Amino acid sequence: MSDITFAPEIRPVPIPVREILPWAIFGGLLMILGIYFVGAEEGATTLFSSLSTHEFVHDARHLLGFPCH
Amino acid sequence: MVGNLLIRGMLVGILAGLFAFGFARVFGEPHIDSAIAYEEAMAEASGEAAEEEEELVSRETQAGAGLLTGSVVYGAAIGGLFSLVFAYVYGRVTSFGPRATAGLLAVAAFIAVVLVPALKYPATPPAVGNPETIGERTELFFVMLVVSVIAAVVAVALARRLWSQLGGWNAGIAGALAFIVIIAIAQYALPTVNEIPDGYSADLLWRFRTSSLGMHAVLWAVIGLAFGAVAERALPAGARARAA
Repeated sequence: MSDITFAPEIRPVPIPVREILPWAIFGGLLMILGIYFVGAEEGATTLFSSLSTHEFVHDARHLLGFPCH
Repeated sequence: MVGNLLIRGMLVGILAGLFAFGFARVFGEPHIDSAIAYEEAMAEASGEAAEEEEELVSRETQAGAGLLTGSVVYGAAIGGLFSLVFAYVYGRVTSFGPRATAGLLAVAAFIAVVLVPALKYPATPPAVGNPETIGERTELFFVMLVVSVIAAVVAVALARRLWSQLGGWNAGIAGALAFIVIIAIAQYALPTVNEIPDGYSADLLWRFRTSSLGMHAVLWAVIGLAFGAVAERALPAGARARAA
């Protein structure tokens, strides 16, 4: 019975931070840009001077809980 | 390896976005339609209906391709961020395998990213909210979101620090308590936003908001359950725990 355990036999090895960091900066920026376009572009702030992004993702913005208009 | 995880996270996020779209389409869209009908009825009653607003994008597109695009882009972005946090947390904050780590991380993230901000600044259907305060409301929403995420990080760090002295159970309670105290102070201190028009259907508001939370729950559930299995294959054998 003593070999039945919930504890993993091999402890998972952490990924070194210096390996994560460049991806976190590059990926993080890209992901936040994506969320910005779905959540806030042409609402509170505007990069493009039209309302087409806002209108296109209108329903998703409401349902995802971002302040829409 | 991290790049590989990031791509897998985004793919899982796209899948989760598709599920979230399906949920939102069935359970969320009817409430948006009701809210827009209410908005139009109100405009008509106040005599503004004469000038029909020019539609940039049709309702069909908004509820179809628009909702799909929004859900999938959001899903991919959340999945990508999730994978980056996973890469840091895995083997460092927990000693669980990839599947359990991803599952726990998704539950924690759902609480910190969705539930807590929504308690203070819940989703609003069309016809609720003054367009002139959109800047302020967006700011408050993101402030609440950032505070909530920081509180979650503090709570986890505290629980880990106390783990050896108090044991896992009590350290967990201490961490959760710290989270609740920080959130309580923030939600008490931040201004309340209430721009719901008089006579707005309370039932519609409730149903819209629960469907919004449901959409997020679907998204995070798919990410939490699928990412661990997908990440497992990207982690080198040495970094993998035998038990999931």
